[in-house]
Amino acid sequence: MLQKKHHEYREKIRAFALEKIEPLAKSIDEEQRFPTEQIKPLTEMGLMSMVIPEEYGGKPIDTISYSIAVEELSRVCGSTGITIAAHNSLGALPIVKFGNNDQKMKYLPRAAKGELISFGLTEPEAGSDAGGTKSMAIRDGDDWIINGSKCFITSASHAMATIATARTSDKPEEKDITSFILEKGWEGYSVGKKENKIGLRGSDTASLHFDDLRISDEYRIGKIGEGFKQMLITLDGGRISIGAMALGLAQGALDCALKYAADHKQFGKPIIFSQAIQNKIADMETEIEGARLMIYDCSERKDAGIPFSRHSAMCKLYASEVGRRAAHSAMGILGDIGYYTGPYPAERIWRDVKLCEIGEGTSEIQRLVIARDLLRSLKQT
Amino acid sequence: MDFNLSEEDLEFKQMAREFAEKRLYPQAEEMDEKAETPKELIKECGELGYLGFTVPEEYGGMGFSSTAFAGVLEEFSAACAGFGILLSVHCSLCCEIIKLFGDKDTKKKYLPPMATGEKIGSYCLTEPNMGTDLSAIATTAENKGDHYLLNGTKTFVTNGGLASVLIVFAKTNPDEGHRGLSCFIVDKDLDGISVGKPETKCGIKASDTREINFADVKVPKENLLGEEGNGFRMAVTILNSGRIGVSFQAIGIAQSALNEAIKYSKERKQFGKPLAAFQALQFKMAEMATRIDASRLLAYRAAQLKDAGKPCHRETSMSKLFCSQTANFVANEAVQIHGGYGYMKEYAVERYFRDARVTEIYEGTSEAHLMVISKDLLKD
Repeated sequence: MLQKKHHEYREKIRAFALEKIEPLAKSIDEEQRFPTEQIKPLTEMGLMSMVIPEEYGGKPIDTISYSIAVEELSRVCGSTGITIAAHNSLGALPIVKFGNNDQKMKYLPRAAKGELISFGLTEPEAGSDAGGTKSMAIRDGDDWIINGSKCFITSASHAMATIATARTSDKPEEKDITSFILEKGWEGYSVGKKENKIGLRGSDTASLHFDDLRISDEYRIGKIGEGFKQMLITLDGGRISIGAMALGLAQGALDCALKYAADHKQFGKPIIFSQAIQNKIADMETEIEGARLMIYDCSERKDAGIPFSRHSAMCKLYASEVGRRAAHSAMGILGDIGYYTGPYPAERIWRDVKLCEIGEGTSEIQRLVIARDLLRSLKQT
Repeated sequence: MDFNLSEEDLEFKQMAREFAEKRLYPQAEEMDEKAETPKELIKECGELGYLGFTVPEEYGGMGFSSTAFAGVLEEFSAACAGFGILLSVHCSLCCEIIKLFGDKDTKKKYLPPMATGEKIGSYCLTEPNMGTDLSAIATTAENKGDHYLLNGTKTFVTNGGLASVLIVFAKTNPDEGHRGLSCFIVDKDLDGISVGKPETKCGIKASDTREINFADVKVPKENLLGEEGNGFRMAVTILNSGRIGVSFQAIGIAQSALNEAIKYSKERKQFGKPLAAFQALQFKMAEMATRIDASRLLAYRAAQLKDAGKPCHRETSMSKLFCSQTANFVANEAVQIHGGYGYMKEYAVERYFRDARVTEIYEGTSEAHLMVISKDLLKD
């Protein structure tokens, strides 16, 4: 599954992450600060343009490499992991996949140069039920007038634009949702207050408000009524990155726990020599490797053009639960010190990784997606 | 064994609940945010008798049982687990150890001001290089005739900044393991004691946690609690109350998390119906409630055994192990039921999730309790 280039790419990203990302991870969490100074080095590493074609200024890489990048960044800093994952797979990708040439020419080169794009899907009343979108886009001549609110939007304050879904008809049907590109500076576009989150505190999460936001039809993405379908396709890919993020955080938890267990002595010997700790570490490693294989397998399917919707739900579901368990175990292995925001990252990882079971579809929704897909294949045979 | 609580115990629980609703729930979020407990809250609790709840009446306390106190701890922790642990450390560890092992003069001197909250207690056991293994304690107390010379560092000391009475475990014979351990009551205003700045924690932020350093502290001879070399036995005895305390803290957190989940699942609509109408979430909540009930039964059994003066190491360990696991399970699921909102600080489940985590760590990690339970099972 992994080729030489993947191993080399991992080494490159790992070295970069340790040098440029890891040193800030603790302080951005404590200060609840979005690290704008990281954007330049991330851009130079090609991490802002992983899904953008070369003709639009990108450096596209295969999905396994993409997963490796998100994994290695998250291994040292979950906040950076989610910022990158959201920009690439939720912000840039819908334009790559569903945008027209003008839209690509206008936005993708900027995205590739490090200007963030956010994904405006979730609303206060439409979480798991994304089809319940309340935001409205009303036709006015050649224009659209958009009203509504989006919440929990990653990079909301820093992104130059958002890919927002809105209802283009009064009917409650999913086929009446359309997506648009909305730019931050436009009249009627405002960013709400920053969310105070349990974890990923170095990522920028806020609400977006559209108040009589008038845009020309050229900012509509794809056909009218295709927004919901586009969004589902986007999320299929996005789930791979949340899986990769959980995987990286889990690996970070294991790195921390293993080192601590080998150093810390109780009853006259390092605690790694106790069977209870060994078993925990063995389970962490086994589950992490399982999650990794699922994520790479799903990445490969995606690149090979094989349907991967169920697989992306499965790898996201599994990796996020593995991540939570690994972080929980790491904190337990560290004992008292693990509960403090002290020298070890275990506590931060534990708070960060919880998001992976929630964002881009809760685990409950993933199970729904998986079961429905199985049911569908049963009916087809 | 009868797990039915007496009418009196239920009344105490109800009173504690009313106090919590009036004074704790409204400011729990702020206490977490500011990482402190308001002094007047401690004062009020002292006036109402909560800080001397299990201290005998002759020493200025209320003289109630651990079982009665359990209800108080649960209700207080349900509102603010950080405040719950302040209370638990003060009462279940510090007052308790003086009550059990102090001589008459010691009790007379320390218990009355502690019972009213004029003096808060703090329990100094853990050290930078010692957690589960008590024989590895490196703090020393050298016998100098009329006093002991105390040297060493204690970490993760709950109430460290608030306390004026420190219960300190130190080696009077450093060459011995367990048997070299003794316990002292140390007044915090003695020369040579320095208290670190508050530690930042994942949760139970309202509780005050510090490092305390002892450098050539002269502790008067009469402040040795019990006998020299008896510290280990005392620590082990007192662990029972500590475990019962954390059990009920965990139950309180879990119950609150479940209450929030039930409330939210009825209010929040997705796909045209309340979340509570979805079987996957119904079953989650059923599982949460079942584990909470099982926890409560284990914890009350432990408390009642202790009150009856019966051996209860295994039972208190089982209770602490299971209750803390329950709290973590329930709080995690409660966050899950809240979805994105559960990840945000506006919703209380976020705090419960962080608070629950510590219950599996302090007063003995889960591994330490598995050691206690298995040792008891496998003894001849």
